Amino acid sequence: MESYTIIVLLLAATLRVATPLVLAALAGLFSERSGVIALGIEGMMLGAAFAAAAVSATSGSAWLGLGAGVAVATALALLIAFACVTHRGNQVVAAMAVNIMVAGLGPALALAWFNLGGQTPQLDGAGQRFGAVLWPWAQAAREAPFPGLLYAELLSGHNLIVYLAVALVPFSAWVLYRTRFGLRLRAVGENPHAVDTAGISVTRLRYEAVLISGVLCGVAGTYLSTAASAGFVRDMTAGKGYLALAAMIFGKWKPWPTFGACLLFAFTDALATRLQGVTLPLEGVVPVQLILALPYVLTVLLLAGFVGQAVAPAAIGVPYSKEK
Amino acid sequence: MNLPDSAAPPALELRGIDKRFGTVHANRGVSLSIARGTIHGLIGENGAGKSTLMNIVYGFQPADSGEIRVQGIPRVFGSPQDAIAAGIGMVHQHFMLVENFTVLENIVLGVEGRRLIAPGLARARSALAALARDYGLEVPLDALVSTLPVGLQQRVEILKALYRGAEILILDEPTAVLVPQEVEQLFRMLGRLAGQGKTVILVTHKLKEIMAVTSRVTVMRQGAVVAEVATRETTPRDLAEKMVGRAVLLRVEKTPATAGAELLAVRDLEVVDAFGVARVKGVSFSLHAGEIVGVAGVAGNGQSELLEALAGIRVPRRGEIRVAAAGGSPAGSDPRARRRLGLAHVPEDRLRMGVVAAFSAEHNAILGYHTLPEYNRGVLLDGDAVRGACERKMAGYDVRPANPRLPVSAFSGGNQQKLVMAREIESDPRVLLVGQPTRGVDIGAIEFIHRQLVGLRDAGKAVLLVSVELDEIIGLSDRILVMAGGEIIGELSPQEATEEKLGLMMAGVREMAEGGSRNPEGR
Repeated sequence: MESYTIIVLLLAATLRVATPLVLAALAGLFSERSGVIALGIEGMMLGAAFAAAAVSATSGSAWLGLGAGVAVATALALLIAFACVTHRGNQVVAAMAVNIMVAGLGPALALAWFNLGGQTPQLDGAGQRFGAVLWPWAQAAREAPFPGLLYAELLSGHNLIVYLAVALVPFSAWVLYRTRFGLRLRAVGENPHAVDTAGISVTRLRYEAVLISGVLCGVAGTYLSTAASAGFVRDMTAGKGYLALAAMIFGKWKPWPTFGACLLFAFTDALATRLQGVTLPLEGVVPVQLILALPYVLTVLLLAGFVGQAVAPAAIGVPYSKEK
Repeated sequence: MNLPDSAAPPALELRGIDKRFGTVHANRGVSLSIARGTIHGLIGENGAGKSTLMNIVYGFQPADSGEIRVQGIPRVFGSPQDAIAAGIGMVHQHFMLVENFTVLENIVLGVEGRRLIAPGLARARSALAALARDYGLEVPLDALVSTLPVGLQQRVEILKALYRGAEILILDEPTAVLVPQEVEQLFRMLGRLAGQGKTVILVTHKLKEIMAVTSRVTVMRQGAVVAEVATRETTPRDLAEKMVGRAVLLRVEKTPATAGAELLAVRDLEVVDAFGVARVKGVSFSLHAGEIVGVAGVAGNGQSELLEALAGIRVPRRGEIRVAAAGGSPAGSDPRARRRLGLAHVPEDRLRMGVVAAFSAEHNAILGYHTLPEYNRGVLLDGDAVRGACERKMAGYDVRPANPRLPVSAFSGGNQQKLVMAREIESDPRVLLVGQPTRGVDIGAIEFIHRQLVGLRDAGKAVLLVSVELDEIIGLSDRILVMAGGEIIGELSPQEATEEKLGLMMAGVREMAEGGSRNPEGR
């Protein structure tokens, strides 16, 4: 294949790999901007992935699956908010508890309901998955390499959730910087006392933020099990939630830089997949393990070396009480 | 200034406000009446119930019983929003500002108007221009709050309240963070506000401020109002007695110093912070037996780093610290080595460096000295000896409650500080380094702590006193060093030191033309 085609396909794969990261990173951003540590996005995503696949498999509708995914992730978010905001619990402990609970509960329920060794049935029926949306003339345009192929592969041919994720980036930035809710959200993560004395409910704001992050995680999890693959398997998030948090930190808790970081991580991932089995001159075949480790090595390097001064919201992780 | 109209209802009236927290009776039937267009003082020791009362007035906490009337109308406040709507504004001691927001964003927070903030910001911008004109309250609206000096941040807080239509302005310890010149500016501003019919409530423990700006003053003790008087009919001494419930000495009584041999010598000391920025820049001075040397300065001008370097907590980048031990040997480099040389340290930040709040008093009372043979039996601590030592210290320094097993977090600030003082002074040091000895300490305990420091001096020890309280520096010191920007920019005697002079030097103005101040090293 000529290199142009490779690059286009690589970028298209990047976009697909980036989608759950972008959704989860935005989920983390809303939660953390309000001052609640977002470690729970891993568990919320995994829970949503299971619920979406299970409902889609039984009902035959990907849309019902999406509804179930969002509902479960939001319920888990509610649980986290209840523990962290209402009862001022330790946010790391509450989030990890949810993550561990979901990691066990998903496969256990899958085993009980479907008896397939902790998986959900393959989603291969019509309408059970989110399929590609082909833009007009995409097939025809494929013939003309530039810009046709770019159009057909990079812009067209993704499923709805991919487009949604991309659209949510400018939307989140708009909400955060142009709306009353955004102003208050940014304030409550920096100095909840200022928000409280201004007569705004800290509790309510934080609940809203955590619930938003639940909804976004629901979409991300649904994507994993009903769009990117065909069904739920044990531990299918595989640390994507944590990777998304890393991207969010690398993006300094801002939507656009976070999006950029997600794309970067996804690109290394897509590159790693493509490099498998490729023979490099001089080096010979690159070991698979080395390639698969690439995204994680990059994460460590970026976070350790190049983030510069990533300044977290000042009040993050601190349960609010009036008495301080 | 508007004369309070006797026919008009008081701006704020409280009737029988009562509040309990568990077993603590924080407010006992407090009644209070404040006339419109006046500045009213509210004083009391820590824990006297001032803050609780103001939190109730601001809708932060509900009262158990009692009535609040604003401009004659009974009100019930469920939240600060209700209080704001009734025209009450509050400037908290710790500013309620979002540091990485602009001034304008901070001011509109909570009163943005519609869902989008742009129109609200525009409206606020023009309203603030009008406020700036009417009251002379200028602030750069688009600057980040974190880049503003403290005085301006406070002004932002006042503007925030006025923008919300506050008619009654409560200021909680507003001068704690200001240099004298900023205090003067603030008071002029408050005078102007009162002149235009606003009502100001000044909550403070500084008697001098009460005397300077208020027209009436209410004194609280143990949750109850013990006096309400016209300011011109009272004296600071009288107010202090009412606050504490017994006679107190406001001015430390001491004899002139008889300085002896040099005990601590510092030459060309340079200390850098974690980012490599020099915080102490080539400081030299010496400390003699039988004197208290005060270090004055606005917080953050290198005093803390100086103190920590002397105590061995920070390693200086260059320079020399010599403690006159046997043969004047150079000082060891860590805190324990310094302690062995007779250098004791009462740290500025009591809770972070002075005590372990979750540990019992008896264990805190030996921290740093816990390896001494008298507290140990083999590899184990000698529990009886530790407890006995703590009991003796508690008795000697009037620490209450005198229970060695109680965690230090259960003591008041003043009693914690007395415990730390007891630990350090009873170790019989040659040199005592003290940072902010009376921060968060009640007036009664302040008197006690000051007497201890003077007593130590009279016993022929040397004391280095770092404090942001100018009264304390002037009252206790035999010599005053002024630090600004990491350097000692001048030395004054307490006789020639006035608040104005110190304030100017603290702001970085070197040597006044005449003033007879000497500069160490002739710089």
